[in-house]
Amino acid sequence: MTIALVIIFGFLLIALYLGIKARKGREMDLDQWAVGGRGFSALFVFLLIAGEANTTFTFLGGSGWAYGNGGPAAYMIIYLPLATLLTYWFAPAVWRYAKKHQLVSQPDFFASKYNSKNLGILTAVIGAVSMFPYFILQLKGLGIIVSVASYGAISSNAAILIGAVSMSIYVMISGIHGSAWTAALKDIMIFFIVLFLGIYLPIHYYGGIQPMFEVVDAAKPGFLTIPDKGLSISWFISASFLSAIGGLAWPHLFGPIFSSKSEKDIRRSTIMRPIYSLMLLFVFFVGFTAILQVPGLKGAQMDSALLHLSLKTFDPWFIGVIGAAGLLTALVPGSLLLTSICTSLSKNVYQALVPSASNTSVLHLAKYLVPVISLVAAFITIYGGNDIVTLLLVGYGFAAQLLPPLVFSLFKKNILTKYGAAIGMIAGVITVAYTTVTNATIGTMFPAFPQAIKDLDVGIVALILNVVVSIIISLVAGGIASLKDKKAAAKTA
Amino acid sequence: MTSKVAIYILGIIPFIGGLGFLPAVNKVTPYVLGMPFLFFWMVLWTVLITCILGIIYKIDPANKEGDSE
Repeated sequence: MTIALVIIFGFLLIALYLGIKARKGREMDLDQWAVGGRGFSALFVFLLIAGEANTTFTFLGGSGWAYGNGGPAAYMIIYLPLATLLTYWFAPAVWRYAKKHQLVSQPDFFASKYNSKNLGILTAVIGAVSMFPYFILQLKGLGIIVSVASYGAISSNAAILIGAVSMSIYVMISGIHGSAWTAALKDIMIFFIVLFLGIYLPIHYYGGIQPMFEVVDAAKPGFLTIPDKGLSISWFISASFLSAIGGLAWPHLFGPIFSSKSEKDIRRSTIMRPIYSLMLLFVFFVGFTAILQVPGLKGAQMDSALLHLSLKTFDPWFIGVIGAAGLLTALVPGSLLLTSICTSLSKNVYQALVPSASNTSVLHLAKYLVPVISLVAAFITIYGGNDIVTLLLVGYGFAAQLLPPLVFSLFKKNILTKYGAAIGMIAGVITVAYTTVTNATIGTMFPAFPQAIKDLDVGIVALILNVVVSIIISLVAGGIASLKDKKAAAKTA
Repeated sequence: MTSKVAIYILGIIPFIGGLGFLPAVNKVTPYVLGMPFLFFWMVLWTVLITCILGIIYKIDPANKEGDSE
């Protein structure tokens, strides 16, 4: 028991050391803190973006999905590579504009493109509301992993507090530099551990990966394929597609994109990411192995399938290593989320409302917000109960609503106006909140539709509404504006 | 200009390949590399996407003219 504890704490100290040392005596202005002075190479951009994609949720949720849903889990393998493919074109375009205008956050991008500080405030709020639950989920995952891996010696609540404090320390000192350095350590560790678990566990229990699948298939016929109803093929396609495009809109991915030193480095950073995301496959192998070895896990417990199976199989020292890796998988995305939430709130809400604020005071406020946000999140994680999953779904849905005005703004001629963009996003956000809270699906809203349409991911409804509303409002507002212009022109004539 | 068109076509292929043949690939057998066929298909396209990104990166004129900063 103590050996696991020593290992987990050892890695926490290494991560803290790296996170603090990452500053390397640099003068920390806002640009350095939030986007690394736009000087990161392809490797660091790769580590940051991959580090964001492989969170505790991948580790726990991935094995839980395989354990609970079987075949449909395969969508998680394909959607990240598809998202990466889109990133190849999307990210350099965003980077180019951000570099030209010296932007440090996603709301900056909106405020600048639509020439509206208010749109910056709106997108900062939508962004912060979507990132906050995602951050809470990292802390929750951290709590589960560390408490299980320390054999209960550290309670989940203590682990959450320790994690939140450590993260705050190095984010305050090093900003995104700290995330980049801890990401390097984390990715090396998690890569080898996941590979090992995914290969060793099926061999240990079944003599191989194929024999494992054959036993599962015999025990639960049809489980390893996509069913006809519910999580059906049309759901699979719509969920893959929505996740792929929705992933582009996450506000905390803008930091890593801006931090690149050139467009070329961003493009190069995409090439190996699909292969790297195959790590998830090995997480799935663990989940499938767990089905018959630790049967009967229900609901949120399924997310601990990987941990329960590991506990049953390995010596305490190795459990400690798994716990340390789990800790790091929470720290890296957590620190990026923190940096991003605090930068947006400080730069795009505070400075927008108090235009006299200097960039130095914006940076100071952002840094002081770090421990505040981090501790508030820790307390919500500890006292919040299980509604957090609902919050997370809301968060995903909210983030996706940022995408339409983003994509439209990249075209040579943007047909959306700031009012169109704002009202469209608000319509989308309300729809997401409504469908998530009421558990509505397309099936419950439109019972008469054919099954294939009923199974579509419900997120599509909000996104379509968002696009339609923003185009209509933009055209109407544009029409009124040009009418006014004509009247004004007629008056002067 | 032709390589510009080529990279867009290459970019669309994985969406069609990965998601377009689901009714045909949604099965357990044959096992390939120890995986049920559905999972193998997704893994295959993941590997292909890396290859395609590599090719796109090589032929994309935007990467040849140094850095357009």
